[in-house]
Amino acid sequence: MEWVLFVSQLLNGLQLGVLLFLLAAGLTLVFGIMDFVNLAHGSLYMMGAYFCVTLNPLLGSFPLAVLVAVVLTFILGIAVELVVSRHLYQRDHLDQVLATFGLILFFNGAVHLIWGPEGNPIALPEYLNGRFILPAGIEIPTFRVAIIATGLAVAAGLIWLVTMTRMGMLIRAGASNRRMAGALGVDIKKLFTLVFALGAAMAGLAGMMITPITEANIGMGDDILIVAFVVIIIGGIGSIRGAFIAALIVGMIDVMGRSYLDGFMKLFLDNQSAETASPALSAMAIYILMAGILYFRPRGLFPPRHR
Amino acid sequence: MQLSRPPVRLGVRLLVLLTFAILPGLTAAFDQPFLLDLALRMMILATAAVSLNLILGYGGMISFGHAAYIGIGAYAVGIPAYYGEYSGYVQLPLAIGAGALFALITGFICLRTKGVYFIMITLAFAQMAYFAFVSIEEYGGDDGLVINLRSKFTGVIDMESTHEFYYVVLVFLVGALYLVSRIVNARFGMVIQGAKDNEPRMQSLGFDTFRYRLACYVIAGAMAAAAGWLMGNYNYFFSPEMMSWTHSGELIFMVVLGGAGSLFGPVLGAIVLIILEEVLSGATVYWPLILGAILISVVLFARGGLEGALAMLERRK
Repeated sequence: MEWVLFVSQLLNGLQLGVLLFLLAAGLTLVFGIMDFVNLAHGSLYMMGAYFCVTLNPLLGSFPLAVLVAVVLTFILGIAVELVVSRHLYQRDHLDQVLATFGLILFFNGAVHLIWGPEGNPIALPEYLNGRFILPAGIEIPTFRVAIIATGLAVAAGLIWLVTMTRMGMLIRAGASNRRMAGALGVDIKKLFTLVFALGAAMAGLAGMMITPITEANIGMGDDILIVAFVVIIIGGIGSIRGAFIAALIVGMIDVMGRSYLDGFMKLFLDNQSAETASPALSAMAIYILMAGILYFRPRGLFPPRHR
Repeated sequence: MQLSRPPVRLGVRLLVLLTFAILPGLTAAFDQPFLLDLALRMMILATAAVSLNLILGYGGMISFGHAAYIGIGAYAVGIPAYYGEYSGYVQLPLAIGAGALFALITGFICLRTKGVYFIMITLAFAQMAYFAFVSIEEYGGDDGLVINLRSKFTGVIDMESTHEFYYVVLVFLVGALYLVSRIVNARFGMVIQGAKDNEPRMQSLGFDTFRYRLACYVIAGAMAAAAGWLMGNYNYFFSPEMMSWTHSGELIFMVVLGGAGSLFGPVLGAIVLIILEEVLSGATVYWPLILGAILISVVLFARGGLEGALAMLERRK
């Protein structure tokens, strides 16, 4: 029984890590290349989820709905970039923070207006709603496996895109020296729009993957966004590899802390104080980790070489 | 000519403070206690915004976690009250001390970083405080707890009397403005502002800018916690929600809307934002949509904030 629980927590940690990576990858790319702080990234996560909520019954197929919703979020990303973000790249971080904070309010209000204040579930099809039964009585929900597989596939695709393709080369060139890349004839503006929309699509995908488990809610992206920030800070802002490793670490620590910290603390505290202290401590665990890492490495684990 | 310019900004400042000062009389005369309530909220948040302006406007430290201090201040009312300790002589120093301590510990780590790292780390630490209090069931967890009585200063002030509490809040606001004006015009404040403009230069002049900044950060945290102490008393309530990062965002908006780095700007920003929220939320439940659009437009099209606009007015005439 212990083992069954442990394996399922391990998977939960992996799942959270993968979702965090989908969010953090876009954030870290946008920041690494455009020096742009996007608080509204969580809103794109929310919008993706809501697109999927509407499309799922309409199209009658969850994978198809996800596919179309990803495209829609991509287009929304382009729109946000053209209307708001583009005008902020030259501004200081304070202006960016404020304007994207305004975007959050705007999107939360818009979702309230369109979808109403209640949570919206997504019903999964039969084939995703089952369980894999492994030996030793370990059961794994199919959908969790699907989330992890999708997330890892997107991560692999992104790393391939950035390191192996011509476009990835342009992205990296833009990240290390924006003006030089522009002078050499790269259409920087178009590249920025594309990267922003790519990040939006990945955030939206993460939102769609979590919604069948939780529900789509107004402001659902606001809290997880902060965790995504923690991830890119730990990983080093601008580094995809750093974001991936940090996302897995943060996901694992968060899940494991919540399930095992009180047992661990009971080893050296009495039951009463362990039970009061451990929820607070496990809620703080990832921030303490972040503080510890920053104390020794103020620019994260894998700081980008330039800048 | 210096003298021929109409002192618009000075006039606005005096007008605002004077209005705040005589408002209890007016609201009593016209029987509008609701306005007094609104003014209280403005003054409390203005006090917090003034403290944020000290680090953000003058020091260039963009803290996105300032609401955490308001929460800490409110818990410093609520937790002692939960155990039956209502004395303001305990609660107020506790609020200020806890705010300063939290600022000292987090500032020690945050201030090692720069720019966007600093923004995100202050945000993350505030979120940490938020989740820590959410998970403490003893003090109401997510829902928070009601505070039965306001802080007691027996024989000196009766905080339960709305008017006496009102003037306590006004004294705190004026005190915060006075403190910040003294700080930024002192040598200490000059170092802080110098480090904002050019840190290596200040360092090569021999200033340990990290220590100056940390001291400044702690002062601002303590001030914001004092505002939180007022907020807890005002609401008769404390909950983790007071620390949520949307409130930190609102505080930044107040500072920027009013004009970052101008003494009185945050007060104007707080007044305008609260009026805006009050009007919009009265008009439609979808008010965040409109407020968000206004916020974006302010950032995109208006620079320098309200104080900047007033200064322009002075120059034009």
